[in-house]
Amino acid sequence: MYNKTAVIAGIVAFLVICSSPFWCGFSSDSYKKPEIVTQKDKNKECVEDVAFMRAEHMQLLNEWRDQALRNGSRVYVNAKGKKFDISLQNTCLKCHNNYEEFCDKCHKTNNVEPYCWTCHILPKGSK
Amino acid sequence: MLKSLLVVALVAAIAWLGASAGLGSLFGVVLPYVAIAVFLGGVVWRMVYWAKSPVPFAIPTTGGQEKSLDWIKQAKWDCPDTKWGVVKRMILEVFLFRSLFRNMHAEMKPNDAVNGGPRLVYYSSKWLWVFALLFHYCFFLVFFRHFRFFMEPVPACVGFFEMLDGMFQIGAPRFYMTGGLLFCAVLFLLLRRLANPRVRYISLFQDYFPLWLIMGIAGSGICMRYFTKTDITQVKAYIMGLVQFHPISAAGIDPVFFMHVALVSVLLAYFPFSKLTHMAGVFFSPTRNLPCDTRRTRHENPWNPEKNFLTYPEYEDMYREAMADAGLPLDKPLEKKSGE
Amino acid sequence: MAKLPTPEELVASRPEFPAQSWFDYKPKFEAGSYCYPAQKPTMELMHMPNPHDWDPAADDWNLPENWKEILCDAFADRLAKHRSLKLFMDICVRCGACADKCHFFLGTNDPKNMPVLRVELLRSLYRRDYTLLGKILGKTIGARELDYDIVKELFFYAYQCTECRRCSLFCPYGIDTAEITAIVRELLHEVGLGIHWIMDPVKNCSLTGNHLGIKPHSYKEIVEMLADDCEDIVGIRPKTPFNERGHEILFICPSGDVFADPGIYTFMGYLILFNELDLDYTLSTYASEGGNFGSFTTFNMAKKLNAKMYAEAERLGCKWILGGECGHMWRVINQYMDTYNGPTPAHMQTPVSPITGTVFENAASTKMVHIAEFEADLIKHGKLNLDPSRNDDLVCTWHDSCNPARAMGLLDEPRYVLKHVVNKFYEMPENTIRENTFCCGAGSGLNTEEIMELRMRSGMPRGNALRYVQQKYGVNRMCCVCAIDRATLPPLANYWAPGVTVSGLTELVANALVCKGEPKRTMNLRQEDLPHLDEEEQGE
Repeated sequence: MYNKTAVIAGIVAFLVICSSPFWCGFSSDSYKKPEIVTQKDKNKECVEDVAFMRAEHMQLLNEWRDQALRNGSRVYVNAKGKKFDISLQNTCLKCHNNYEEFCDKCHKTNNVEPYCWTCHILPKGSK
Repeated sequence: MLKSLLVVALVAAIAWLGASAGLGSLFGVVLPYVAIAVFLGGVVWRMVYWAKSPVPFAIPTTGGQEKSLDWIKQAKWDCPDTKWGVVKRMILEVFLFRSLFRNMHAEMKPNDAVNGGPRLVYYSSKWLWVFALLFHYCFFLVFFRHFRFFMEPVPACVGFFEMLDGMFQIGAPRFYMTGGLLFCAVLFLLLRRLANPRVRYISLFQDYFPLWLIMGIAGSGICMRYFTKTDITQVKAYIMGLVQFHPISAAGIDPVFFMHVALVSVLLAYFPFSKLTHMAGVFFSPTRNLPCDTRRTRHENPWNPEKNFLTYPEYEDMYREAMADAGLPLDKPLEKKSGE
Repeated sequence: MAKLPTPEELVASRPEFPAQSWFDYKPKFEAGSYCYPAQKPTMELMHMPNPHDWDPAADDWNLPENWKEILCDAFADRLAKHRSLKLFMDICVRCGACADKCHFFLGTNDPKNMPVLRVELLRSLYRRDYTLLGKILGKTIGARELDYDIVKELFFYAYQCTECRRCSLFCPYGIDTAEITAIVRELLHEVGLGIHWIMDPVKNCSLTGNHLGIKPHSYKEIVEMLADDCEDIVGIRPKTPFNERGHEILFICPSGDVFADPGIYTFMGYLILFNELDLDYTLSTYASEGGNFGSFTTFNMAKKLNAKMYAEAERLGCKWILGGECGHMWRVINQYMDTYNGPTPAHMQTPVSPITGTVFENAASTKMVHIAEFEADLIKHGKLNLDPSRNDDLVCTWHDSCNPARAMGLLDEPRYVLKHVVNKFYEMPENTIRENTFCCGAGSGLNTEEIMELRMRSGMPRGNALRYVQQKYGVNRMCCVCAIDRATLPPLANYWAPGVTVSGLTELVANALVCKGEPKRTMNLRQEDLPHLDEEEQGE
């Protein structure tokens, strides 16, 4: 008794499942790293530098939320000693006002679902 | 134990140093491609190797009451007599580790009150089952979550599991329970190997090696997500490059990422040549995947030799006289001796 | 025979694990640690390969010159024949779940008696010759090259495993040490290594039809004598049909039941029961062995000894075969017989109970029914007039024999029967019964005197559980459906729970069976006074 059918079915199932990303990759268009629209005024500086913001923005936002809502402190002092008003709406979104082109692009492709918008109102022009 | 740790540490260090020195494409392109090819080819080769030998006898382990008389309740899950029943038994075995769930612990009480002397007592022992289950499921979910890097668009179910996994919304980026639990479960399996004198006695290099490797993988992953950080937009672009067979430059990605990839690659390439093949092997196990209907259905053995035994005529030839004296029926009557 | 330590001493004398790794420590061949080797003439007579004289305690085992080549080739051959072997060599993760499931390990605390290490002895050789990493890394990853000491080690531990399959129940991948032990024994036979206690019955069975070497006329004589005893007890002489053609049923039981106390009472039970049912059956002096010691040597030997059953059913024109109480006999019948010697002769039919009309669909292919199934069906249909109070002197417990439990699933049928023939029945602790049952400690051909202490050790889990119900409920009788058990459990019970006796199921059935027209019964099958006799006398 060799159970040929079952063995072959097993081998095929194993191969199909394990190589599925490659097949899907073939069938879809070649992947491009998302290009984001940063902000209009190139001279303006963000609260921290780009590298920091890229890596740590989620953590910073989390800290801001805790400081503002739980401690009632609305002042953030950055690495250079400059002070900022802790506010998503009035500080961040003032410059980064294109939600779809700025936030959403990376979040979508990396399947990140921030829960900012369970409390905050989504910036207009996006749904 | 230490040797295997050393090997894993060496792999990690080489990958980290290599990537730092600009050899990212070696650890990020060549190694993963080779590893995946070895993994796929190796596991298939292993399955074919097993399948080349027949299953000469039907030897299911009956884990409960057989199917016999209509009014006797059969243990349908543990002693199935149909194909569908076997499928159910295998599902229990593969997804819930049914056999391991049976585990118990025997302890000698030298002065048992009832026995008035020594008595072996059996305690339920589910720790191994709990952590084994935890380990395998967490590992699977962690791997599954990574499909957000392997596919574009990301399948909805990946998002669903991420949502569940990060349900408690601890920190940012959200803490994924499976990552932490995977690390804990591997740690438990490792400590158990070291602390339990019996298991320690039987443990070999290749028992510790995958544990260290997986610890390294989980550790470097956790590290990248929560501590050292890496630009995942770049990472996704990089991985999609691999998936779509046009790799892009490794520039701008943290060396820890290449360490992570190197460890995963080693695990994949090691897989088909090690005990890790139990993943495929469990499906082949003849004590589990055969129906307990061995008296109802004939199982064929391809190398069944010719029958060769003492036949009745030979037997009667040997004992005819004595049999006749004892009044036993004979096929060939005793020849009357001359003169009678 | 050396004097046995007390149970307390035995438990306390289990050594700690050795300090060396298992690669370095070797088993000690001392009197009592090994079974006597098979004799050269026996091996020659059975055409076994490389028969020779040897002594396990000696340094030189007189192996054939090219023993290494023979063993390596044989191993390769078995790998090609058994998918299970390849698989079990490859997929063990050494989780250790099997360790304290083995009665030999529990009793000896010898690490190599942990099922995982028992298999690892062979697996280490496999690694060296069949895996890439083993070839490169050698000892680092537990690969060894076959040497003389390893042959000895394999012999030592292959005969400290009773193939009871308890470990396979707990293994997450179903790795079955019984399969490995069977194959290791087969390999050892290739270089002429076997044990007397197995090969002698094998020789007997292939020459006379049964393990004990009872010749046809003696077989008849013994059975007639037992029938006489039945007459003394029941008042009716049961018929004893031998080698008769044209009966519906061929009855085959282990020859131990014809020959050895307390099996003979079970045999008397068969005779009384069949006579009461007026069953259309015959015994056979040719197929006078249900058991199969061949299954403890090689698969082919098992096939050879088993072949007589269908051959005799064909010759005598029987429609189906009823099988007596025996453990490994039923392992062979349930899982191997049809494969070995089937398909069944053309005229045989799916078994139907002539008394109740029940069709045994579960035996449709093998056409063999277990006596416990047959009896349970009779009782369910009310075909037996039973007086369980005749067994009131007994407080019973049920020992699930390993083979019917884990290679057949025969658990509730015998319990159903037992509960109808005795009034007092108590189960042993739940982790020691049913599919979790512990072996008697001496199955698979290890029921020999020279390893008595080892048997008491390996029987410790069963002995402890028995003592528990003895002390707690006053159990004085352990019942089972296995002829090897009936031989091995009396000394075991005598050691761990003195006062408990052992019997087969059908003995108790026949005790309780009120036969048509029988005079008032005063004795049980052991010719002991029935209980309640005094009360009845007073009542009269």
